[in-house]
Amino acid sequence: MSTAAIVMMVVAMTVIWGGLALAMVSLVRHGAVEDRTENVRRDL
Amino acid sequence: MSTTSEGATAQPEQERRRGGFSSRRVFILAAIGSAVGLGNIWRFPYVAYENGGGAFVLPYLVALLTAGIPFLLLDYAIGHRHRGSAPLSFARLRRGAEGLGWWQVGICFLIAIYYAAVIAWALRYTFFSLDQAWGADPEGFFFGEFLQAGDVQVTADVVPGVLVPLVLVWLAVLVIMALGVQRGIGATSLVFIPVLVLAFAALVVQALLLPGAGAGLDALFTPDWSALTSASVWAAAFGQIFFSLSVGFGIMITYASYVGRREDMVGSGLVVGFANSGFELLAGIGVFAALGFMAQANGVAVDEVASDGIGLAFVAFPAIISEAPAGALLGVLFFGCLVIAGITSLVSVIEVVISAVRDKFDTSRLTATLAVGVPAAVLSLVLFSTTSGIYVLDVVDHFVNQYGILVVALVSMLAVSWALRALTGLGDHLNVHGRPRVGTGWRLLTSVVAPAALAVVLVLALRDDLATAYEDYPSWLLLVFGWALVVALPLVGFLVARLPWRAGTHLDGPPPGSDPATPLGATTTGHDEGGTR
Repeated sequence: MSTAAIVMMVVAMTVIWGGLALAMVSLVRHGAVEDRTENVRRDL
Repeated sequence: MSTTSEGATAQPEQERRRGGFSSRRVFILAAIGSAVGLGNIWRFPYVAYENGGGAFVLPYLVALLTAGIPFLLLDYAIGHRHRGSAPLSFARLRRGAEGLGWWQVGICFLIAIYYAAVIAWALRYTFFSLDQAWGADPEGFFFGEFLQAGDVQVTADVVPGVLVPLVLVWLAVLVIMALGVQRGIGATSLVFIPVLVLAFAALVVQALLLPGAGAGLDALFTPDWSALTSASVWAAAFGQIFFSLSVGFGIMITYASYVGRREDMVGSGLVVGFANSGFELLAGIGVFAALGFMAQANGVAVDEVASDGIGLAFVAFPAIISEAPAGALLGVLFFGCLVIAGITSLVSVIEVVISAVRDKFDTSRLTATLAVGVPAAVLSLVLFSTTSGIYVLDVVDHFVNQYGILVVALVSMLAVSWALRALTGLGDHLNVHGRPRVGTGWRLLTSVVAPAALAVVLVLALRDDLATAYEDYPSWLLLVFGWALVVALPLVGFLVARLPWRAGTHLDGPPPGSDPATPLGATTTGHDEGGTR
C-alpha cells in the first residue's frame, strides 16, 4: 500500500471508529435514567 | 378536546398497547440493524472508490455531520415526541400533514416486497457457497441457471429456486413481526447485530490475509484530491449517507416512538450514526481486500474487477470464493452477513407499515402483521420469484430510492421546517434529556443544508434519468414499475389520510407526558384543537 493510502485509511478509521467510541462514552456518561416503572416491557 | 385528565390516563394504556423497546440498548441495536443493510456492504465501498478513494472520507464525514445525523435527530424528535407511527406523528404535528406519513408507509411497503427477494437470493447463495455451485461462470449461473432471466418482459413463470427461499424469508419475518416490538424486533436485533459484527469482522480478517489484499486497499484509500472539486462527488457522499442511515421514510420515526420518554435521543442518534458509518468502513476494507485478491489472481488491475450492488455480491464475490483458500467459509460469512443485515433492515421497513395500521385502525399485533405481511408476501412472490423478477426489482429499486425516498424525505423536511415551523419545539424536546444539546446550528442544518443537499442529489439523478433510459430498459417497464409507482405513492398516501382514526386517538399536538410542559395528567394544551375524529 502507498503511504497516502495508509494515512487515509488510518484517518478514516480514527475519525469514524473514534467518533463511535466517543459517542458511546458520552451516552453512557450523560444518558438519562430510563423511567422503568413507566416504560419497561410495554409490549403485549 | 381529548387532552383532558381522562385522556391523559388513557395515554399510558395506549402506549402499552403499541409496545416498545425495553431499554435504550435494544433501541440502539434495532436502529443500527435498520441502518446497516445491504447498501452498507455492497454500495459504500464502490461509491467511495469511484469518488476520490481516500479523499472521499472528507465529503463523507461532512455529509454525515451536516445532513445525516441532523436528519436522523429530526426523525427521532418527531417520533419520540409524538409517540406514534409516521402517519400518527405527522397528524399530531398537524392534521393536514398526515398524508406525508402514509406516503412514507407506501414507500416502505414497496421496499419490503423487493428487499425480501434479495435476501432470498443471498440465503440461497449461502448454501451455494459450500460447493461453489456456480462453477466457472458465476455471471452465467446467476442470471441463467439461478434466476432463469430471459428477455426483458413481465412473466408468470415461477423459478422454484427463488420461490422457496423467498417463502422462508417471509415466514421468518412474519414470525418476528408477530412477536412484537420487544420480543420480535428487539430480541432479533439483540442477537443478530452482535453476530453480524463478529461474522463480518471474521470475513475482513480472512480477506486481509489473502494475497493481493493490499492492492485492493490501496485502490480504495489512495486519495484523488482533485475529486473534491466535483459536485457529483459531494452529491454521492450526501446520497450515500442519506440512503445508508434509513432516514426520511418513517423507520426512525416509528422506532423512536417505541423508546422511553426520558431517553437521550441525541446521544443515541450519534451512536447509531457513527456505528452505521463504522460498519460501512469495515465493509469497504473487507470488500476491497477481497477484490484486490481477485485482481491479482486474474492478473488484472483492481478497477477491472471493482463493482457494486448485485454484480458485486452475486458475480464478483462468487468468483472470489471459488479462487480463495477456504472459499466456502468466506462465502458463508459474506452471504450470511447479507442475510442478517437484510433481515434486520427488512423488519424495520415492515414495522413502519404495521405500526401505522395498528395506530390508525386499532388492530391487534397479530391482525396487523397478517393484514400487512400476507399481501406483501404474496406480491413479493408473484413479482420477484419469476423469470422477470430481476428486471422488475431493478426498476422498482431504482425509482423508489431516487424518487420515492428522496422526494418524500425532502418534502417532509421542508414541511416540518418551513410550513409547520416545528423545529424549535422538536429541538426543545431533544434537549430535555439529550446531550449534546441541539440549537440554532441543528435547525440551520435541518432546514437549509440537508434539504439543499438532498435537492442537488435529486436533480442530478433526475438529469441522468431524463437523458437516458435507466439501464436501457423498455419505456413501458420504466413507466409502469417506475414513474407510475412514484407518482401514485403520494396520491394514495393523502387518500388514506382521509380515513378516520380509531375512536379516542389523540391528535393535534404531542400526547400528554411527551413534553415537560404537558406532563401526564395535565389538562388541555394550547395547541390541542379537537383531539379525535
